[in-house]
Parts: sequence; C-alpha cells; structure tokens
Amino acid sequence: MSEPLFTPEEQKKFDAGIAELLTHYPSDRKSAAMLPALRLLQTLRGWLPPEGMKQVAQKLETTVEHCYEVATFYVMFHPEKPGKYVVDVCTSLSCSLRGAEGLLKYLETKLGTHAGTNGEQWYLREAECLASCHTAPCFQINEDHHENLTKAKVDAILEKLS
Amino acid sequence: MSVLTEKVMSRDWARPGQNTLKVYKEHGGYQQLKKVLEMKPSDVTDQVKKSNLRGRGGAGFPTGLKWSFVPSLEKNTKPRYLCVNADESEPGTAKDRYILENDPHLLLEGVAMACWALGAHTCYIYARGEFKYPSARLDAAIAEAYADGIFGKKLMGKDYELNVYQVRGAGAYICGEETALIESVEGKKGWPRLKPPFPAVVGVFGCPTVVNNVETIAALPRIFEKGAEWFAGLGAGKSGGTRLVTISGAVVKPGTYEVSMNTSLKELVFEKEYGGGLPEGRSVKAVIPGGSSAPVLLPEEMDVKLEFDAFKPTNSMAGSGGVIVMDDTACMVRCLWRTIRFYAEESCGQCTPCREGQPWMTRICRVLEEGKGTMEDIDTLLNVSRAIAPWPPIGLGTTICALGDAGALPVQAFVTKFRKEFEDHVHQKRCPYGDHPWGVFGEFN
Ligand SMILES: Cc1cc2nc3c(=O)[nH]c(=O)nc-3n(C[C@H](O)[C@H](O)[C@H](O)COP(=O)(O)O)c2cc1C
Ligand code: SF4
Ligand code: FES
Repeated sequence: MSEPLFTPEEQKKFDAGIAELLTHYPSDRKSAAMLPALRLLQTLRGWLPPEGMKQVAQKLETTVEHCYEVATFYVMFHPEKPGKYVVDVCTSLSCSLRGAEGLLKYLETKLGTHAGTNGEQWYLREAECLASCHTAPCFQINEDHHENLTKAKVDAILEKLS
Repeated sequence: MSVLTEKVMSRDWARPGQNTLKVYKEHGGYQQLKKVLEMKPSDVTDQVKKSNLRGRGGAGFPTGLKWSFVPSLEKNTKPRYLCVNADESEPGTAKDRYILENDPHLLLEGVAMACWALGAHTCYIYARGEFKYPSARLDAAIAEAYADGIFGKKLMGKDYELNVYQVRGAGAYICGEETALIESVEGKKGWPRLKPPFPAVVGVFGCPTVVNNVETIAALPRIFEKGAEWFAGLGAGKSGGTRLVTISGAVVKPGTYEVSMNTSLKELVFEKEYGGGLPEGRSVKAVIPGGSSAPVLLPEEMDVKLEFDAFKPTNSMAGSGGVIVMDDTACMVRCLWRTIRFYAEESCGQCTPCREGQPWMTRICRVLEEGKGTMEDIDTLLNVSRAIAPWPPIGLGTTICALGDAGALPVQAFVTKFRKEFEDHVHQKRCPYGDHPWGVFGEFN
C-alpha cells in the first residue's frame, strides 16, 4: 500500500457523511445510498479509487461489483482518474442551433485536445442537454455551469483556471 | 391572441430572497399547507382531481387520478413514498430548474401536501446530477424547513412524521423515466422496470409510490390558495392551470416563459412577450413542440394551443414544454442526427430494438448527412425506426420504456415531412448547406 486513501480529516468526513446518508433509507436498504455515497467519495478524492469503492461497499453492506456497476452506468462518476478539469460541452439540438459545434471546435483548438480524450489537465467531453437550451451554448467545468457562452466569455473563464 | 395576464407559477420568481424561508413565509408561504392539513387526505385528492391538474413531466397524466391508484392502507399496509422528478433532461426543456432556484419552498410546500394526501412519510426529490446550483438551493430550503419544524417528526406540529430528502443523480437521462428513477433512488443503475405492476402499487422498496414532476407538485399550493375551480378555469379543455415552457433555437428571445394553456404555439414563437419571432428575413421551417422526442411540426401546423389534448390531431405532443425552433437555413438531416444521437447515447441497453436500433439510425443519419448515403439508406432508416415504434399515432412502441419511442418518432416525422432534404443529400453527395448547417444562429462567435 502506497498512500492511504484519506487523510484522517477526510476519513472523518467520509464516515460522518455515510452515517448521515444511511438515515435517509430503511435500515435493511443500506445499498440505496449508493449514488450519494459515490458522490461523497468523488467529492473528497476527485474520482473513485478502488480503495474507496471497497469502503463504500463495506459501509453499504453490498459488493464492490455493485459499486462498479453503478459507477460505470452514470457519466458523472469517474472510476478512472479524470483530468484536472472535466469540461462537458452540450451538443444537443438546441445548443447546436446556437453554435455548440463551433464552441466545441474552439475548445479543442484552444485546449489542444480532442473531445473524448482524457488528459492530465483537461478532459473535454461532448455532453447531452444541460437544461440551458434557451441560454445556449453552454458547458460545465467540474460541475460549474456556464451559459450564453461567447469566445470572449470562454476566454475569461479559462483564464481563471489552468 | 392569448397572452397570460397574471403569472401563477412564476409570479414570485423575481422577488429578492424568495428562495429563503423567511421571505417565502412573509408572503403567505406554508399557509396553504396549514389549511390542507385540516382536510381529510381523500378530500385533498378530490380537490386535485377537480383542479384538472395534469402531469408536467411529459405525458400530461391527470394527477389526482394517478394518486387514486395508490391502494388504501387497509388493502396495503406498506409505507408509501412520493418521488419528485427533478431529472429535467429532455433536450429543449429548462423549467424545473427555475422552480428549484427561485422558489424551492413552493415545491416543498407542495411536497408536504401531496404526502399528506397519499399518506406518505418519506419523499425523495431526485434531481439530475448536473444541477449543482439548483440542488444547493433546494438543500438549503430543505434544511430551513427542518429547522423551522415544518418537516421532521411533527409535520407543522401535527402528529405526522414527514422526511424529505434530495437524491442527486449522476448523469443519465433515462433516470427521468419513472421506474428508472425508482431504481436509481434504490441505489442501482437506471434500468426501467416492466409495467405492470405500476409504481402506484410496487414502487420504491416494493412499496406504493407516486412519481410526479417538479412543476406538477409546485402547482399544489396555488390550487389550495385560490381553489380547484379557479385553477381549472385558468386552463383550457381538460388541462387546468398555466404552463412553463422553454423556447430555444432560432428565435430572437429564447427563454422560459409562463403561458396560458390557450396560448398557441404560433403565439409563443412570434409574440414579443415570448419568442419574439425570427430575425429579419428568416422564417420557420420546423418546430418541435414538447422536447426533442416530440414529432416535429411544419409552420402550417403551429396554430395549436399549448394544451395537452390539443396536440393529438398533429400526432405530436405538448410533452415537457420544450419548444425548439429551426429556421429556413437549418439542415433538417443534421438536426435529426443531433436529435437521435442523444437517444442513442442515453439508451440504457436493456432491450434490443432500442440498444441496437438507436445507434444504427444515428449512423445512417450521419452517413446521409455527409452525402455518402443512398436512397435505400433513407428507407432503412425508416424501417428501423418503425420496428422500434411505428408512428403515427404516438404510443405503439415495442420496448420496455418510452425512450425507444423517443428516438424513433423524430426519425419518422423528420423523414416524412422533409424527405426532399434527405434525398438532396443523396443526389448532391454533400450537405446542401455546406459548412453552415445550423441556420441563422448557428455560428459561435
Ligand atoms: C425516457 C424518459 C425520460 C423522462 N424524463 C423525465 C424528466 O426528466 N422529468 C420528468 O418529470 N419526467 C420525465 N419522464 C416522465 C416520467 O416517466 C413520469 O411520467 C413523470 O415524472 C410523471 O410526473 P407527472 O405525472 O407529474 O408528469 C420521462 C419519461 C421517459 C420515458
Ligand atoms: S427502451 Fe431503451 S432506454 Fe428504455 S428500457 Fe429499453 S433499452 Fe432501456
Ligand atoms: S440542448 Fe444544450 S442545454 Fe439543452
């Protein structure tokens, strides 16, 4: 074993978080807390490392396989370590009618990557409708939502990151 | 002309601090719940029936009737659950997020009313995972309601326990389908269940469950404020109340608007209060009236009220209120490709026609769009989509859930109504719109 999964501080947060989540479900249905538990793990670690999955399985009294089955079904979960910034660009119909394909190209050039390729810094992805159809085009960076995007706006947002 | 003169659902959205319990209560918040808790649960359901409230999640199902399918406690002693559907993911739809962001206590007051009527002591509000900000607003409101003694062991001081939890999804459109939502609430991947049994009898943890959309539940406090007759009278035909609709695409003023059920699709697109029409020189080529799964309409089909039953003759649907406008310079093949690519991506993979058919249709459509297709490809496209769900009418799908239909209907509607554009791609061996397939607002600047 190299590094421990959590710092003692994080472990406390994780344990308390799971304990609170379990109160939301019947006592014989602990595994129902799977989505929020995985979210908690990912919030603390940035992804879902195998050691963490084991802890989730144990606390929810289920199998590691169940954890992975769920984690791989939902696109927001990262069973593989993603780049520092996950950029999800909506390219569904309404956004495409307002320049989303151009936005995606702009980002590919600017970030020097291709949609779907996971890199150390950027993980640029084509996403599906983000409920900003009327404020298109839009994207989310590490779950922060940005809408009514223009080149100038994108430049300003990216400026603050990297 | 029919423009809504008095907002009902969105009337308080602009008030500063409306998302806080303090401001919500200062303006009469939770007073209607107090009233409802004095009523017999069955009387509450009767009032909801009388109000003609219909589900805003897509199908327009009468809400009171849905509630009445939950068996009585004598017949079924299991606990019952309310699930609120805040998954809002159908392309074109962006309304529920504003209720969560601007007026979360309106939803929570409605939640308590519905739980009282149903005899439910637990409600799960399932919000799509991408709703970081709306979910934070909702979490804060839930915490306030607990701290104030509204929720918890004693619902507003009454001897009735009510717990309300938010569950956040993690990026899967299919979890908006009610039985997939239930699976997800149970901590599983979102695989829809075969119906029957319906959730009203076998839902969350095998218990009777009602799944309702955010806007549906948020309408309840209004119904009890001014009465079921008033609410029914606001509407048109058998659809009570007003509607939140989102208009996107090629209009001057895209946005989320509250409209009367008597407002027509045409008025929504052209009135200055709403979409504001198209830019000078452009005209409507196509409009999707109820989220991208609703069969596309031609400009001459736009004289239809934004009411649930009115769309029947058009073989389309009012759906989730997502209106998407395409102008005369947009490529219909490209628009269809983007539309069905979504359903191919989001198929849960459980049934063969949907798992195999949606990606197949998407590939054919792409080949056609690139000018590499043949006339036979157009027919194959139609045949595959008919095997998933023949249209018209709506509702003949062969799959476990309606996501099959959602991808298949747009194909048939687009190809039938714009066949010439598909054939032009074949004849010219390229997209006639060249590098500009997206129409008047399609460039990124
Ligand atoms: C593939 C699919 C996706 C759906 N997505 C949503 C959604 O995001 N939000 C929603 O409220 N209803 C959605 N629905 C409809 C729900 O299954 C269900 O009918 C609705 O939540 C019931 O609420 P209502 O009666 O208040 O409309 C979807 C249905 C299907 C088939
Ligand atoms: S129709 Fe598609 S999404 Fe629905 S259950 Fe079948 S495979 Fe899954
Ligand atoms: S289509 Fe992009 S947010 Fe809806």
